[in-house]
Amino acid sequence: MEAPHGTTIVAVTHAGGVVMAGDRRATMGNVIAQRDIEKVFPADEYSCVGIAGTAGLAIEMVRLFQTELEHYEKLEGSTMSLEGKANRLSNMIRNNLAMAMQGLAVVPLFAGYDLDQGEGRIFSYDVTGGRYEEHSFHSVGSGSVFARGALKKKYRDDVTEADAVRLAVDALYDAADDDSATGGPDLARRIFPVVMTVTADGLRRVSEDEVTAVVEAIVAERMTRPGG
Amino acid sequence: MSTPFYVSPEQIMRDKSDYARKGIARGRSVLVMTYADGILLIGENPNKALHKISEIYDRIAFAAVGKYNEFENLRIAGVRYADFTGYRYDRRDVTARGLANAYAQQLGAIFTEAGKPFEVELTVAEVGTTKDDDQLYRLTFDGMVQEEHGFIVMGGTAEPIASVLKTDHVPDAPLDDAVRTAVRALATSADGSDPRIIETANIEAAVLDRTRPRRAFKRLPAERLGQILGDASS
Repeated sequence: MEAPHGTTIVAVTHAGGVVMAGDRRATMGNVIAQRDIEKVFPADEYSCVGIAGTAGLAIEMVRLFQTELEHYEKLEGSTMSLEGKANRLSNMIRNNLAMAMQGLAVVPLFAGYDLDQGEGRIFSYDVTGGRYEEHSFHSVGSGSVFARGALKKKYRDDVTEADAVRLAVDALYDAADDDSATGGPDLARRIFPVVMTVTADGLRRVSEDEVTAVVEAIVAERMTRPGG
Repeated sequence: MSTPFYVSPEQIMRDKSDYARKGIARGRSVLVMTYADGILLIGENPNKALHKISEIYDRIAFAAVGKYNEFENLRIAGVRYADFTGYRYDRRDVTARGLANAYAQQLGAIFTEAGKPFEVELTVAEVGTTKDDDQLYRLTFDGMVQEEHGFIVMGGTAEPIASVLKTDHVPDAPLDDAVRTAVRALATSADGSDPRIIETANIEAAVLDRTRPRRAFKRLPAERLGQILGDASS
């Protein structure tokens, strides 16, 4: 059985918070199932989640996760702690273990702004629901090896939000360059990565114009230096 | 063995109604009214932790008067109903009308079956994309639902407040004016003597603002209220 999957999601922290970006391709075997799928979602006002793995299950998981966070917020009158949200997601992934053993795994990447600690944080998961905090940057999905390699070489401790957006999109370019299940910028159709940033002011989806500018700059640069 | 006294059903219902009405009239009033960009919910509440006004869903809010533990139960049931319906179907399928119906069932059942009725009165408000789509539902302790237009005053001494609003409520008023009108109405005393002074710190207020993207509900913090009401006195 085949179901749409394949992805690269990257997250990069900076002084004011965290940035997450995801490519737009879904694949089924060797076929591109969808070229404009969105794989980065707002979880609530201060966190976002990117999905890798079986698309159908992952999107449903995100929907339930969003509902749960909002439900908690309304019942309790306050936002759940970032750790609390990360733990909740961990539990939901663990509940999917039986499906994962049959090959339908969901492995999200979770990032958000911790209002108590005043910083952006990234959490990665394994199929058993294991939860691991990542520092500086992280990537998941089929192209993550290449994205992480790119980030390792280019990440600096003093990056700004704009730098982080640029680094994330740049890493996705490298992932798409070497992984067939990750979509690169589609200049003909104007389909570019989904980028979200979370800071103390909350979550914001980086506008299409801003992403376009970043993508065009990166593509122009790669015209002369394809390796980045 | 003693024979129980016969009490007619009419008498039982009347006693229950009187009991509930008394409980509701004991507290301070809460009012819900439309303004240019949506719906304002405002009331006197010195307690910062226990809210009388809350968010239910994207475009729906809840206001209540009466016994806190009773309306808090209903609020939680409402949030459950809304989140469940929205998750199961779609966010657009959660409506104030559906919620008001669910509340009516629950309140009606409690009124007839339980030994003691709930001493509460609720408003379910939904902000629409235009002013004509705004909806206000008043729910009483016996499970009655009334759709109202313009404004709803609940609890405390509701009548004098409502009569002020009948003349002063302007559906097209901007938020600041609406808040000032509301506070002036809330301060009306029952016996026609001088209006009371309501401290800004004791006001709980929120809006359903139709211009906000998804979740229309927003509380008005004390600083914002101070700004609005400070202007009036200067």
